[in-house]
Amino acid sequence: MNNKVPNNRAWLLVLPMLVLVAFSAIIPLMTVVNYSVQDVLGPNARFFTGTEWFESMLNDNALQAAFLRQISFSLIILAIQIPLGIGIALIMPKRGWQASAVLILITLPLLIPWNVVGSIWQIFTRGDIGLMGWGLRELGVDYNITRNAGDAWVTIVLMDVWHWTPLVAMLCYSGLRSIPEAYYQAARIDRASKWAVFRYIQLPKLTNVLVIAVLLRFMHSFMIYAEPFVLTGGGPGSATTFLSQSLTTMAVGQQDLGPSAAFSLIYFLVILLVSWVFYTTIMHMQKDKPPHGGA
Amino acid sequence: MAEITLKGLAHSYEKTPTHAADYAIRQMDHIWHQGGAYALLGPSGCGKSTLLNIISGLLEPSEGEVLFDGQRVNELPPEERNIAQVFQFPVIYDTMTVFDNLAFPLRNMNTPEYRVTPKVLEVAEILDLTLLLKRKAKNLTADEKQKVSMGRGLVRDDVTAILFDEPLTVIDPQLKWKLRRKLKEIHERFNITMIYVTHDQLEASTFADKIAVMYEGQVVQFGTPRELFERPTHTFVGYFIGSPGMNFMAVEYQGDQVMFGSQPLPVSTPLKRAIASANASNIKLGIRPEFITISSHQTTESIPIEVANLQDLGTHSLLTFMLNGQPFKARLPEGHPPVGETAFAHFDNAHVALYIDEYLVEADHE
Repeated sequence: MNNKVPNNRAWLLVLPMLVLVAFSAIIPLMTVVNYSVQDVLGPNARFFTGTEWFESMLNDNALQAAFLRQISFSLIILAIQIPLGIGIALIMPKRGWQASAVLILITLPLLIPWNVVGSIWQIFTRGDIGLMGWGLRELGVDYNITRNAGDAWVTIVLMDVWHWTPLVAMLCYSGLRSIPEAYYQAARIDRASKWAVFRYIQLPKLTNVLVIAVLLRFMHSFMIYAEPFVLTGGGPGSATTFLSQSLTTMAVGQQDLGPSAAFSLIYFLVILLVSWVFYTTIMHMQKDKPPHGGA
Repeated sequence: MAEITLKGLAHSYEKTPTHAADYAIRQMDHIWHQGGAYALLGPSGCGKSTLLNIISGLLEPSEGEVLFDGQRVNELPPEERNIAQVFQFPVIYDTMTVFDNLAFPLRNMNTPEYRVTPKVLEVAEILDLTLLLKRKAKNLTADEKQKVSMGRGLVRDDVTAILFDEPLTVIDPQLKWKLRRKLKEIHERFNITMIYVTHDQLEASTFADKIAVMYEGQVVQFGTPRELFERPTHTFVGYFIGSPGMNFMAVEYQGDQVMFGSQPLPVSTPLKRAIASANASNIKLGIRPEFITISSHQTTESIPIEVANLQDLGTHSLLTFMLNGQPFKARLPEGHPPVGETAFAHFDNAHVALYIDEYLVEADHE
C-alpha cells in the first residue's frame, strides 16, 4: 500500500517554518536557559552554576508563598468564571436585536486594557470618591483594600471575574448556538427535564469550548500582572503578590538574571504541565472504556 | 392507540398571513388510521416536515385542529402526546452509553430500574444493538446512531405513533434497505402508526401501505403506491411519481378535434366529449412513458414524432422525442427494434388521463 516516493528535498519546505519558530520561540527561550545555569557578574565574568539557581528558587519561601497564592487565585477565578459564564450564556437571548445588544454589552469589559482595568477598580474602590468603596463605607462595611488582605483578595477576584467572565460566556454562547434544534426537540419527545437537557445535551456539546475556556483562563490568570499591580501593588504586605510580580521585581528591579531565568523556566513549565495534564485528561474521558471496545 | 385526525389544518410561519403563498400548510383535512404505515412524500419545501412537527406537537398550527382519537391535542406539548419522532440527523446523547440512551425516556418517566432493563434489552435485540449496549453512543456509526434514536421511540409502551423525518438521509446506500426492512419489521410486530416523511418515492413505496403526496402545502393525493402510479389525481403526482414522470400536453378543443398545438390527437370518444364540455382553459392530457409505444409505421391511431435521443438503461431504454416543440419521454422494453429519425407514437387510450385545472377528471364513466 505504501507507494509514496521518499524525497528528502521535502525537508527544504519545512525550513522556512523552522527558521520562523527558531526566532519566535527557540532562540529567546535558549537565552533564558543560558542565563539560568550561569552566574553573570559582568561582561567577562561568568560562572557555570548548574542547577544551583533552580534549587534556590524552588526552596525560596517567598516564591513558594507566591506560588500558592497564584494557584489559589487561578482556582478561585476558574470556579467562579466557568459556571457563571455558562449560566450567562444559557440566559442570553438566542436571536434578534436583543441577542446582538446583549453580546455587545457583555463583551465591553474585554476591550479594556489591563492597566486601565486596574485603574478603574482602583478608583472604584476608593473610600472617598469610588462608588463601591464609598458605598460600602456608607453601608457601614469596614472595607479597605490597602489595609485588609481579605478585602484586597475579594476585590482582585471580583475585578478578574468582571473582566474575563464575558470571554467564557461568549465561548459558551457560540457553543450553545451550534447545537441543532433537533436535539432539543428529541429531548422534549423523550420527556427530558430542563436539568437533563443541560446535563446530557448542552454540557456535552460545550465540552470542547469549555476546554478552551478553562485553558485560556488558567494560563491567563496564572500570568496575571498588570491589574493587581495597579490595584494593590501586591499588598497589603505581600498578600496579593503573584508570581509575575515576584519575577519582575527579581529580574527588572534587582537585575538577578540567573535566578530570574531559572524562575521563568519553572514558571513556564508549570503552566505547560498543568495545561497538558488537563487537556489529556479531558480527551481521555471522551474515549470508550477499553475492555468493551470491540467492533 | 391513536387515530390521528387533522381537521381544517393550516399553518403559516408569518404572523399575519395575507395570501396563499404565506402558508406552509394550506387548509386540509386528513386522517391517519391506527396501525397504518404511511409515507408523506413531496419535494423539499412542500411542508411535509412542518406537517410532521404539527402532529408531534413541536409546532402549534395557526389554524384548525389536531385530534388524537377524537381528542383535541393542539395545546398539548410533545411530551404529553405519546408519540416518538426520529429526525433527519441522528439525535443521540453523546456522553451516555447505548444502554443509557435507550433507557433515557423510561428513566425520565421514573420507571423503576427492574422494568427498564428488560425493555431496553428487548428493543436492543430487535434493532441488533445488543452487542453495542456498553459502548458510548458518541462513537457509533451513523446508521447505528439512527437505530438508537429509533430505539428511544420503541422503548416506551405508551407510544402509539412514530414519526420519521427523512431518517435515512445520512445512511449509506447499502444500509438503507436494511434499515427500511427493520422499520417494516417493527411495524408488523408492534401495532404502531408510522408516518414516514421522505422525498424519495422508492423509499416511500417500499415502506408505506399508503402514501400522501404533498405539494405546495397540501396533500394532493393519498393512496397506495399503485394508485399513485396508475391514477394520479393531480398533475404534480403524475410528474413526481415514476421515473421519469408523466408526460403532459396542454390541449384545446377545436372544430371537433382535440388539438395539441397544431397536432390533432386521436383520443377516445368519451375523452373527447369530456374535453368538449369542459368549461376551463387549463386542460391537460397526461400519459406515462410506459404507455407510449413507438413504431416506424404510421397507423390511424399514431402520430408522427421527431426523435431526439435514446438512452439505454440496461433493463429498458428511454426515448426522448419532440412533439409540437415539447420533449416527451417514452419507455421502450428491452430488445425494442431500433428507432429511426422519424417515428410514430401511439398513446394507449386506456391510460391517457384528463386533467382540468391540474386535477384528474374521470372521462370514462358518463
